[in-house]
Amino acid sequence: MDVAQPNTSVPATPQPRARRRYRNATTAYLFILPGMALFLAWTVYPLVYSFIMSFTEWNLIKPSRFIGFDNYVRALKDPVFWLALRNTLTYTLITVPGQMLLGFTAAMLLDQPLRARAFFRTLYYIPVVTSWVVVSLIFTYLYNGQAGLINWVLRDGLHLIDKNINWLGEPFTANLAIATLGIWKGVGWTMVIFLAGLQSIPQEVYEAAAIDGANGWQRIRTITLPLIRQTTLFILVLLTIGGFQVFISVYVMTGGKPLHRTDVLLTYMYSNAFEFLDLGYGSALSYLFAVMVFALSMAQIRLLRRPVEY
Amino acid sequence: MLTRTTLLGNIWRYGLLSLGALVMMLPFMYMISTSFKSHAFVLELPPRLIPTAPTLENYQRALTTNHFGLYFFNSTVVAVSATFVTVVLSAMLAYAFARWEFPGRNALFYAMLGTMMVPALTLIIPQFVLAKQLHLLNSRWGLVVVYSAGTAFNMFLLRGFFEEIPQELLDSALIDGAGPFTTFWRVALPLARPALAATAIFSFLGAWDEFTWALTAINDEKLYTLPIALRLFQQQHGTEWGLVFAASAIAVLPTIIVFVLFQRHFIKGVMSGALKG
Repeated sequence: MDVAQPNTSVPATPQPRARRRYRNATTAYLFILPGMALFLAWTVYPLVYSFIMSFTEWNLIKPSRFIGFDNYVRALKDPVFWLALRNTLTYTLITVPGQMLLGFTAAMLLDQPLRARAFFRTLYYIPVVTSWVVVSLIFTYLYNGQAGLINWVLRDGLHLIDKNINWLGEPFTANLAIATLGIWKGVGWTMVIFLAGLQSIPQEVYEAAAIDGANGWQRIRTITLPLIRQTTLFILVLLTIGGFQVFISVYVMTGGKPLHRTDVLLTYMYSNAFEFLDLGYGSALSYLFAVMVFALSMAQIRLLRRPVEY
Repeated sequence: MLTRTTLLGNIWRYGLLSLGALVMMLPFMYMISTSFKSHAFVLELPPRLIPTAPTLENYQRALTTNHFGLYFFNSTVVAVSATFVTVVLSAMLAYAFARWEFPGRNALFYAMLGTMMVPALTLIIPQFVLAKQLHLLNSRWGLVVVYSAGTAFNMFLLRGFFEEIPQELLDSALIDGAGPFTTFWRVALPLARPALAATAIFSFLGAWDEFTWALTAINDEKLYTLPIALRLFQQQHGTEWGLVFAASAIAVLPTIIVFVLFQRHFIKGVMSGALKG
């Protein structure tokens, strides 16, 4: 293994050199041993093991049995799998633009010498660091079908609806409610990353534009947005991957009910594995999910790497 | 004229920002408010932010019955131990990757980096089977082991810091007769203290809030950590929102305190990560 040796064309006396280079190899191995052992046991081994399991019928009770591609074929024919995929996509398609739009607006508002800037930044970031379980419980309460705050505001406050909505009981409104929580929880993060991008734009650029008579919207469109393109793409990639991984909010708020209608890919995988103890099928669903996320990341990273053009 | 537009702009700005702040904070305010309401008032109409007859009974019940103290203890022990192990192990990994050449270095480094893209939940089924075989289910130490295994991100974060330490500093320690481990412990670690603090904070919050693995690995109610206990509270006491939120408030308190205390480092860390990425 000479992957760590970039220069293979060193003639004359390579041996002492190599020995000197790797003088600390034993020490290095001792240093990485415990962390690497955990990494191999809990990440690499499961990655391989999961692949094998996905070709078996595995239920913890009977011995496992090799069944070839049956689990994958079953997934492709499983209407709930497609429904879960659709719900996952819907969640991503709502939460990603939602967070980006609101996060960008908040960042633009905060990208000024304001006295209360740190205060607002901290407040907006609190949902980001709060446990998913707690915020999901709070939103379950706020979305209560009879006396929840959200129904009350919409009905008695804004008169937008004339009777209470059973938010978490109907698939459509439940998906909407879960996505709203996703946006609310993520805006702070998006805002902070956008702020980092905005602060890297030199003030002179704006001053020059002001002299040229560009108005606010023109400045955003022709200066701000092109200059923070990398930041925007970075956010897009991370939010999309994050959106696909929605799990706890769905698990806590609806549990996939009614009748799997609100299931997303990960809750469906989880219930197959740990409720129906169908670990083989669950593994196949995991692998399909991982491949989707991987493909998505790759596609978007290619997008990110493209040079900026002005 | 300029000042008038600035003033007007600032009023707009503060107005919108305050509206946003209200939306961000209202759910928390309702959580706190409901935790002080007795059962008869938790779903009152119209919903009141200030409880009409505030009571401490939910907190008393949460703390004295329902094993809540035990869950708090479990979460603390698990999160503190996992943080300690994660920080030490990822620092050792990062130091070796940053300072030494050894066969297989790049392959191992990129393997760790590459798997950071694998969504954690996709590994949960084989991890469950492995934990079962190793008798790590229904055990606090089992949780610590699995939480400590996720070192890749921290290793990556710390490696940058260790790379920036000047070689002379480490050499002089060696000349003084210190072995590599002493050099690491006495010289390198203290220099990386800010990065170690960041790693520790992220690891602690991660372990404190972890839900899915604990839900999967722990069956014994006495071993529950707070996140799964809260879920249990909601199911068992489905309509007792006062109790659920008193427990939630106690559970999120450490997170909020840690965040507000360290928010500067926190946000700076997140921002610099974004600029590098």
